[in-house]
Amino acid sequence: MTKFRVVHYINQFFGQIGGEEKADVPPEKRQGPVGPGLALSAAFKDEAEIVATIICGDSYFNENMDSATETIIKMVKEEKPDLFIAGPAFNAGRYGVAAGAIASAVKEQLNIPSFTGMYEENPGADMYKQNVYIIQTGNSAAKMRKAIPPMAALALKLLKGEPIGSAAQEGYIPTGVRKNLFEEKRGSARAVDMLLKKLAGEPFETEYPMPTFDRVAPQPAVKDLAHANIALVTSGGIVPKGNPDHIESSSASHYGEYSIAEFDDLTAADHETAHGGYDPVYANEDPDRVLPVDVLRDMEKEGIIGKLNEFFYTTVGNGTAVANAKKFAEEIAQKLKMQNVDAVILTST
Amino acid sequence: MKLQLGYIDIRDIKFDKNPRIENGVLYVDPDALIASVLQDELIKNAHLEIAKPGESVRITPVKDVIEPRVKVEGRGGVFPGMVAKVDTVGSGKTYVLRGMAVVTCGKICGFQEGIIDMSGPGADYTPFSKLNNLCLVIEPQEGVKQHEYEHACRMAGLNMAAAIAELARELTPDETKDFETLTVKEGMEKYPDLPRVAYVQMLQSQGLLHDTYVYGVDAKRTLPTLISPTETMDGAIVSGNCVSACDKNTTYHHENNPVVADLFEQHGKTLNFVGMIITNENVYLADKQRSSDHTAELAEYLSLDGAVISQEGFGNPDTDLIMNCVKIEDKGIKTVIITDEYAGQDGKSQSLADADPKANACVTGGNANMVIRLPKMDKVIGTLDYVNVIAGAHEGSLQPDGSIEAELQVITGATNELGFNKLSAR
Repeated sequence: MTKFRVVHYINQFFGQIGGEEKADVPPEKRQGPVGPGLALSAAFKDEAEIVATIICGDSYFNENMDSATETIIKMVKEEKPDLFIAGPAFNAGRYGVAAGAIASAVKEQLNIPSFTGMYEENPGADMYKQNVYIIQTGNSAAKMRKAIPPMAALALKLLKGEPIGSAAQEGYIPTGVRKNLFEEKRGSARAVDMLLKKLAGEPFETEYPMPTFDRVAPQPAVKDLAHANIALVTSGGIVPKGNPDHIESSSASHYGEYSIAEFDDLTAADHETAHGGYDPVYANEDPDRVLPVDVLRDMEKEGIIGKLNEFFYTTVGNGTAVANAKKFAEEIAQKLKMQNVDAVILTST
Repeated sequence: MKLQLGYIDIRDIKFDKNPRIENGVLYVDPDALIASVLQDELIKNAHLEIAKPGESVRITPVKDVIEPRVKVEGRGGVFPGMVAKVDTVGSGKTYVLRGMAVVTCGKICGFQEGIIDMSGPGADYTPFSKLNNLCLVIEPQEGVKQHEYEHACRMAGLNMAAAIAELARELTPDETKDFETLTVKEGMEKYPDLPRVAYVQMLQSQGLLHDTYVYGVDAKRTLPTLISPTETMDGAIVSGNCVSACDKNTTYHHENNPVVADLFEQHGKTLNFVGMIITNENVYLADKQRSSDHTAELAEYLSLDGAVISQEGFGNPDTDLIMNCVKIEDKGIKTVIITDEYAGQDGKSQSLADADPKANACVTGGNANMVIRLPKMDKVIGTLDYVNVIAGAHEGSLQPDGSIEAELQVITGATNELGFNKLSAR
């Protein structure tokens, strides 16, 4: 029986080159297992073998991420492996980041299964847990013995194409990726069960742990409004009549950029809302109610503001994923900067 | 307050000149029912179709799903303030036509909405694929104002359901169940050792096609109030909303509220189901403040130990949900919230638009952004004209071969936040 081929990545310390003083060594490849790879190989029994080990200094990798990744990918590719493993990195921060980055790059570029292992508070865990499985380990190399069995088990499952269970079952750090499933009981019964446990002071497991929110502090007030270029950005879905770019009524996949140079006042004849999440009647009757072009034109004429920016940006906030909203905002912010916008009025609904 | 529900099982629906219920078969006269619907001058055309479980049938756009019920003993009538005159319901005896529903559908107004597939993968996500559905397909007069037409559609469905339920008045139910809510004092005396638990139901009240009615009153013009859970079984709360169909409560959901049912199930055993607080989800911050303050006050006034809070909708109402949860927890009352998620099609985004560490017990109805492919059905009841623009779809959702690729969001009741379904997410 042919064994599955595995390539293993470790840092200079586990590669027995040296400690911090050797953290700047560039990537090198050795045949067969080294250091923790020996324990992994043993745990694979006869089903898989580590055909090569790549060793790289933590500082070198983090300071030369692009070129180091390119070099390592090339080294991995030469071995034609079935699987790639990085670490475990325990609580070593730069090692964790390197292991997460290289495991993600191999998975993405070589299209082979790839994972790593580290302590949950390692900064690499948060950065890469959505990209690759990260087996949860203790916080120091003293926990190596406990880290090996779940890593070997996950490796063999990935190699054989077996279904991967939940984070708790397999021992990986929860990926934060939400997956739908059918429960045995309906939601209301689960809620009553959960409440009874909470009332009795017994442990209970929430189905959705609350996320931590990104709170953004507002900018200081604009000092010289009379010379400021003011732009309008909305999640209220105001678009030219007919919604030319087909912005979705919910769960928007894109945003629109439209000129209002020709308009002193938006009307039902020229604009409307694409938003499906609120009563559209009043916004359609007078789109200025959501995108206040009319009053800003007045303020422009009265000299209260310098000018109203030629373009406005619009999307639908209804059910739109935060990741999409963030991506739109980054692009819109760049465009606003290029147009020398001084301040933005954000309107929602 | 004590109510007995008598269930009359409906296993089939047929058209017949002689309307009646016989051996579990409902016979309706379509001409008579439609003549009644067309009395409303805002409705241009209407017709009836029947959809049965397992058939290759797609119903869309769906506005409301209604279970016919009739009050046979006690005060008032079903759908008080809407169909019956205003009188307190929730006591006496009510008959339920179980296993069927009236579905209002066709061209509605706004972005239209909702899909019910009677078979295939979509059928697994909607509870209404398991019912015999009498579908009322409506078409409005040209130029009708949207708010007025929404009212016309809503009333057509409720009136038809009430008229059909009258056929059961003299029958003997297949099964009966009793429900009783005690007064505060009686409950304290009878169950001194059981935790006092109430149900806080948040009602969607964001405007056109996002409204809910309580005894005929638009919920956005109400303050939070106490209601006996049995009142909901007589149709005291009806739906006026369907947009983002996956997590909007149809009238059927209100009549069969699963939180009410499951709290009654535990009543007197593991908890004392004290009653129900209903509140709204208005769009103005001042309204949110006022309503969540009042809700927490009422929870404290009832000397609660715990509460189940259910949301309706997502995004904007996430703030109401978290305000209610935090303010009730701050009174020393333990809560569980029921919501659903918008985690993106890849499941990688945060699921709610608001959050707080105090909301540490959460039940989810699943990620509504999940993409699903619905194969072509042999028959469409209603129209496919709006499939690309409903919430959860995109330009191109309706494929040339007649199949639909869209988010779970498009399916009526798929991620219901009363906990009606088994769907969840992790």
